[in-house]
Amino acid sequence: MAMDTEKITEELKNRFHDKITLQEDKFILKFLVEKDELLNVMGVLKETYGFNHLANVTSVDYGEEFELVYHLYSIPENHKICIKTRTPRNSAQVDSLFGIWPTADWQEREVYDLMGITFKGHPNLVRVLLPDDFTGHPLRKDFVMKG
Amino acid sequence: MFEADIYTVNVGPVHPSTHGGLHAEAVMSGEIIQDVIVHLGYVHRSVEKIAESKTYQQFTPYTARLDYLATNLPVLGYCQTVEKLLGIEVPERVEYIRVIMAELSRIASHQIAISATGIDLGATTGLMYGMRDRERIMDIFSMTGGQRLLSSYIRIGGVAEDIPDGFISAVTSFVKDIPKMMREYDGLMTGNEIWQARMKGVGILSKEDAISYGVTGPNLRASGVPYDIRKAEPYGIYDRFDFEIPVGCVGDSLDRWNVRIAEIGESGRIIKQALVNMPDGEIKAKVPKVIKPEAGMEVYHRIESSKGELGYYIVSDGGTKPYRLHVRAPSFINLMVLPVICRGGVFQDIITNIATLDPILGESDR
Repeated sequence: MAMDTEKITEELKNRFHDKITLQEDKFILKFLVEKDELLNVMGVLKETYGFNHLANVTSVDYGEEFELVYHLYSIPENHKICIKTRTPRNSAQVDSLFGIWPTADWQEREVYDLMGITFKGHPNLVRVLLPDDFTGHPLRKDFVMKG
Repeated sequence: MFEADIYTVNVGPVHPSTHGGLHAEAVMSGEIIQDVIVHLGYVHRSVEKIAESKTYQQFTPYTARLDYLATNLPVLGYCQTVEKLLGIEVPERVEYIRVIMAELSRIASHQIAISATGIDLGATTGLMYGMRDRERIMDIFSMTGGQRLLSSYIRIGGVAEDIPDGFISAVTSFVKDIPKMMREYDGLMTGNEIWQARMKGVGILSKEDAISYGVTGPNLRASGVPYDIRKAEPYGIYDRFDFEIPVGCVGDSLDRWNVRIAEIGESGRIIKQALVNMPDGEIKAKVPKVIKPEAGMEVYHRIESSKGELGYYIVSDGGTKPYRLHVRAPSFINLMVLPVICRGGVFQDIITNIATLDPILGESDR
């Protein structure tokens, strides 16, 4: 089933105005969302458009800013969408999606563990892959690798 | 009223039933499980960081070590992701060879799941049956890639070499024997009264929980959701094959077990069709010696691995190495429901549930 991408784009634009930006991508419908509207956008995507499968949560280090990347799918409708948000390096924090999709639990813990971004409203934000007494976040570009 | 004290029991990390480095801390009240706290990271190698210091080709063998029991599947996923970044189309023959290798890997992985569940629940002969049959797949892998487990036979743009003489006949005879193997697993274990008692109604995962916790693969299908990426978003040439998606009804351990056995049969059907339709031709597309995807390109590509949705997210900055590479590991996310399905059960159920969730720690810990 093909998704009506123009309709979704227009409806999201009408609802969130300049808080949401369409980004060109060859493979997927992709939006950059201001981080203060992240929870609202995600809530609408789940409730109105049926994106019930939060497949992937990850992050990229772009120096001054971190980018959070979410890949969403709708299992019954077979649609996909990519949502991104950015947060400055010196106050790396975004809202947790745990309340919308419980699968965000460990995926956000992993982002916290390896990239050092904290999630507001996460019930148990502790390291998941590295030992508790580890210092630093290895996926940051300024992490020094010693061997 | 007498109240039982709360105490904890550690399962793993060095316990054969934890499938390699999984540490589950069971919070018990008497015989009843209150909660399970999962500790991961015992085999963490920081694969995603390593990727940033390797060229695209150099990273290929690392992916084989994610899911070392279904080695062609993670390699296939990675190579297809890079091909998508570069806009490479692989030759027809390669597509068919890849399907055969991928489905053989899926069968091998499910046979390990069956063997491991057998030994975990005390059916030692079950272990022997699964391992015996899987060894024939390992022989086929040795023919193509030169080694049993981690052959990295699939490469970016194609496969390492054309299939050798004797490959077709070995695969054909293996596929012919699949129904017999399935009958044996069923006859030895599925119908057994003790087996049923240990599995039926144990670790029930509802449809809603499965979807909201991001569970994928056989575990999701056992909960009654007919979702398979080979059908939902076909990659390679999977849209050309005729096969069913086996589903369960209640989502207990027995359903997860039955779905895996049924999937072995479906993989056999796919391989049969691939053997008939495989054309002659090239085994490698034109791939630049130095791979440099366009700056700013990024892609998320996912395949149906034997454990579930295996996704790769790669960001390129125009250099010879990935700027960022993330692996969406199905085992990592499937393990999240272990506490959910264990709560309220008895201690022995933890062993059953770990076995039927079939996690692989090389992938979940990365």
